[in-house]
Amino acid sequence: MANETMRVIRVQAEAFNIQQEYDALCAGNRNDGAVVFFVGRVRDMNNDEAVTSLHLEHYPGMTEKTLASIAQRAAQRWPLSRIRVVHRYGDLYPADDIVFVGVSSPHRQAAFDGASFIMDHLKTEATFWKKEKGPKGSHWVESRDSDQQRLARWQDD
Amino acid sequence: MRTVQLKFFARLREQIGIAEIAIPADQAPNLDKLMNWLQTQHPQWSDALQQPLTRAVNEEVVNGNIDLKPGDQVALFPPVTGG
Repeated sequence: MANETMRVIRVQAEAFNIQQEYDALCAGNRNDGAVVFFVGRVRDMNNDEAVTSLHLEHYPGMTEKTLASIAQRAAQRWPLSRIRVVHRYGDLYPADDIVFVGVSSPHRQAAFDGASFIMDHLKTEATFWKKEKGPKGSHWVESRDSDQQRLARWQDD
Repeated sequence: MRTVQLKFFARLREQIGIAEIAIPADQAPNLDKLMNWLQTQHPQWSDALQQPLTRAVNEEVVNGNIDLKPGDQVALFPPVTGG
């Protein structure tokens, strides 16, 4: 199953175009009836603190490798014909897009689950670190236990 | 000189003040010995190195101790917060 999946992983500073990403999931694709995509965006508030900008650092090389591994695992588990993961780094501002995760599949539930699985694992494995800046200065974002706990949903019985 | 490259990221990099350091390979035959060398050579980094950190060797997360060879790239970083 996995080796038939078209997988595209990009880590980039520049903005991505959601329509183009969606089109790439669909172009020449007549066998999938389901596309699910998720976009993560910069909020202007976090933990009751105003956020004026966000700096995203990553580990070039390891980041791409980790995202590819997550996509591979999703493709082994669900019938996903296409997977696209795009994640930005650098300086971002409220309402900017940060991440795009899109999958296509013949089946709705596989598409929902596959996209959700990729996003949950991206949150806990992909080597990105966020630093929020606001009126009171800047601080590194703390990882959340809830992100770790979500992984339990995907553990094999 | 044969070395192991050590990289620091995010908050840890800021606390330590440098992004990477080359460690003589004979001082770092494995991950635990590398950490011991760091503590001994740079006691001022002790506090920063006490926080929960992930260890990666050649861009793969590792748990526990593993052997290292010259040219390996080791990385230490705080829990990730992407997405």
